[in-house]
Amino acid sequence: MGTDIAGLDTFPRLLMHHAAVRGARPAIREKDLGIWQTWTWRQFADEARFLACALAAQGVKRGDHVALVGANRPRLYATMAAAQCLGAIPVPLYQDAVAAEMAFPIQNASIAFAFAEDQEQVDKLLEILPQCPTLARICFDDPRGLRHYAGAELLAYDRLLEGGRADYRRDPAFLEAEIAKGLAQDTAAMFFTSGTTGVPKGVVLTYHNLIERSRVVADWEGITDRDVVLAFMPPAWIGQNIFSYAQPLVAGYCICCPESAETVTTDMREIGPSYYFAPPRIFESLLTQVSVRMDDASAAKRALYRYFMGVAQRVGERIMEGKPVGLGARLLYGLGDLLVYGPLRNVLGMGRIRIAYTGGEAIGPDLFVFYRSIGVNLKQLYGSTETSVFVCIQPNDRVKSDTVGPAVPGVELKFTPARELLIRSPGLFKEYYKNPQATLEAKDAEGWFHTGDAGYIDADGHLKIIDRAKDVGALTDGTLFAPKYLENKLKFFPHIREAVCFGDGRDKVCAFINIDPDAVGNWAEKRSMPYSGYTDLASRDEVYDLVRGCIEQVNADLAGEPEIANSQIHRFLILHKELDADDGELTRTRKVRRRHVGEKYQSLIEALYAGRQAVHVEAQIKYEDGRTGTYSSDLKIRDAKVFPPAAGQRAA
Amino acid sequence: MSGRTIGEVTLSVEGVSLAFGGVKALSDVSFDVREHEVRAIIGPNGAGKSSMLNVLNGVYHPQSGKIKFKEKEFTDMDSHEAASLGIARTFQNIALFKGMSVLDNIMTGRNLKMRCGILQQALWLGPARREEIEHRRAVEQVIDFLEIQHVRKTPVGRLPYGLQKRVELGRALAAEPKVLLLDEPMAGMNLEEKQDMCRFVLDVNDHFGTTIVLIEHDMGVVMDISDRVVVLDYGRKIADGVPDEIRNNQKVIDAYLGVAH
Repeated sequence: MGTDIAGLDTFPRLLMHHAAVRGARPAIREKDLGIWQTWTWRQFADEARFLACALAAQGVKRGDHVALVGANRPRLYATMAAAQCLGAIPVPLYQDAVAAEMAFPIQNASIAFAFAEDQEQVDKLLEILPQCPTLARICFDDPRGLRHYAGAELLAYDRLLEGGRADYRRDPAFLEAEIAKGLAQDTAAMFFTSGTTGVPKGVVLTYHNLIERSRVVADWEGITDRDVVLAFMPPAWIGQNIFSYAQPLVAGYCICCPESAETVTTDMREIGPSYYFAPPRIFESLLTQVSVRMDDASAAKRALYRYFMGVAQRVGERIMEGKPVGLGARLLYGLGDLLVYGPLRNVLGMGRIRIAYTGGEAIGPDLFVFYRSIGVNLKQLYGSTETSVFVCIQPNDRVKSDTVGPAVPGVELKFTPARELLIRSPGLFKEYYKNPQATLEAKDAEGWFHTGDAGYIDADGHLKIIDRAKDVGALTDGTLFAPKYLENKLKFFPHIREAVCFGDGRDKVCAFINIDPDAVGNWAEKRSMPYSGYTDLASRDEVYDLVRGCIEQVNADLAGEPEIANSQIHRFLILHKELDADDGELTRTRKVRRRHVGEKYQSLIEALYAGRQAVHVEAQIKYEDGRTGTYSSDLKIRDAKVFPPAAGQRAA
Repeated sequence: MSGRTIGEVTLSVEGVSLAFGGVKALSDVSFDVREHEVRAIIGPNGAGKSSMLNVLNGVYHPQSGKIKFKEKEFTDMDSHEAASLGIARTFQNIALFKGMSVLDNIMTGRNLKMRCGILQQALWLGPARREEIEHRRAVEQVIDFLEIQHVRKTPVGRLPYGLQKRVELGRALAAEPKVLLLDEPMAGMNLEEKQDMCRFVLDVNDHFGTTIVLIEHDMGVVMDISDRVVVLDYGRKIADGVPDEIRNNQKVIDAYLGVAH
């Protein structure tokens, strides 16, 4: 594989190639009305051709930007391909973003044509229409609820496609000529970064960037057209886009779109993907579900699970990596596979996974080992939008839980004196759209991309990322303070959903905790503890004790790592609300916006460090329907036990 | 509310009286329902709302008065006949098969549309199979419409109350009714569930043009989504009109909303 796409240097060319050589093979499946419906490569190509003609008739020209708002749907990807056929640039936007967040990209890229999945997205686009004078056409896929919308800018996808089909039949040469005009160095797509800080930036990626990286990794990992991927993350995220658009177009494999966001687990079980990519939080929540359900199982099943998970933890990984393991342990693991791991993989929909990646954020080592020990070939991957994802990947036989692996072929790495990682790669983005200042800051004259991540290369040549370079700090005694490292340790506990640690320039580390409402709710029910909701649960003394137990285990663990033993967590509080992207506390990919949280909850931090036992909060709560209310109460603050480094070694 | 056009009178009740022994549940009630409208019946407890609905779909037979549906007159109709004419309903206390899946429950709504005999179905003959596929498609469309794909195969008994109500609406919709009778569709729901249900009721009305007659206790809901409202009190009609008229009607205020309003 790989060699047969030589010379096919744009996505439209690749699409037409697959339609020709594997026209009857599935390209995209979507579950609709309870049945998996398939588009073959030929159908996919036809849809894109017709739609491209329709877009041309609507005035979409080479170099124009086209917004795409919606979940993973065949038609969204067809629109993406159609735009590229014409040399236009698709700009996928996060479908769960609020209307105001969509205004900037549309204004920034002077977008005239937008694709919207359904009424919800159309409503958002109509809401920002007054601020976006360039937006002239909104094409909607699902017409439900839109029958009475009178706006002249609205267009039904079906009608558009109909017109496009007629245009194409009349003059197919037009489109073929447009496709022929595409060049490898043309912009393929633009992705707006979620913007942990400041306004979002449009990352411009060329065909060469995306295709070269996808091809190298497909060859390196042996990805073929028989692989299957479930596309369930937002298509506006490069991580999803590369696995559900760029790489399938390179390797010719099939992607599957779930029926709805709530059915992903079931759909995954039905499809049994062979290739999988998800950020750590998905693996985390899957494991939480498993733990919660195991807690409810009968005593015999619990004992079986506990015993065999112990076996898996001891030998599972070594067996998968083909390392020497004694016969007895091997047999025991085989039995465990029959009784526990196999069924468990099946329930998770991971029964057929050959390669699973996690990336986008550091993964807790225990979480990582869990999946590997039950036989899921989970590997870490390092990359970002600016690097077309693939920078480092762990090779199949050399996986280490605390690194992200060596550089993928073609990538060069180096570090600044301040430990910031610099990257040079064929996948490196062209520029930030209309933002030469930011481009200059991120990409220096020699073409090195400044990642903002701090890390080092370990003895095996693997890259280890500690934290964001700007977040890594030091306690007043000079101890290295890597907040994310601590938070990940905390988040491995099923009862802790989110944690934010503070300590830079302070004498000790303190933490905010968000409990996991499902896991803790279940725990409370078991103890017949009545509660009314998250806020109530979070304020219970019993829950504080539970969380303190988790923190003390982390502290015992940390005591065993001399370099950071002093960054044990001394005090904590449980926040009265869940951190939420709608309140700007998390990014859309659910990363904590540390600085914003720090500013917003300044008084809570002061209280933690002032040694107080409680702090008063008064907060504005935004309900999902847009109304606001106020909440006022006292938050408790508790101390956690810390261990002297020596004692910690024993405890760990 | 949109460009849906309210048509002619499709269902009318004229001088209906119903008594159980000495208890007069309804006395001389008359009102009409126009095509494509959302018509609410409100009233305090025991006012005869559910009895009225039961008369409309033939569960109770009134002692006097008549019902006219699509030009045809009935003095009494049985519930099977009502269903075949295109009147479907949901119940105040959920009446679903708790042990059956959502899918199967909604499939029961297709009962009257199945033409193959029991033998054909049991032997899974060609026509029976084709028919089943056709019905399954209709059911899946309802599932899609009500956004309950994620619980398609879950036994109804395991679903939260709000979702069960939605399934019941789904079963009624599966019969592709002309008129949908909803007996307190939002009773016992929390705010979010109520909002969802309101949206679905309006969507059904708008999308399929289904005429809707509903009984509801939540005044906010009634005033928001109804085109016209009938008010019953002690089995008598005391008011009939658009929500604004009802809101300001002194008799209604006294009888139902409380004098303090």
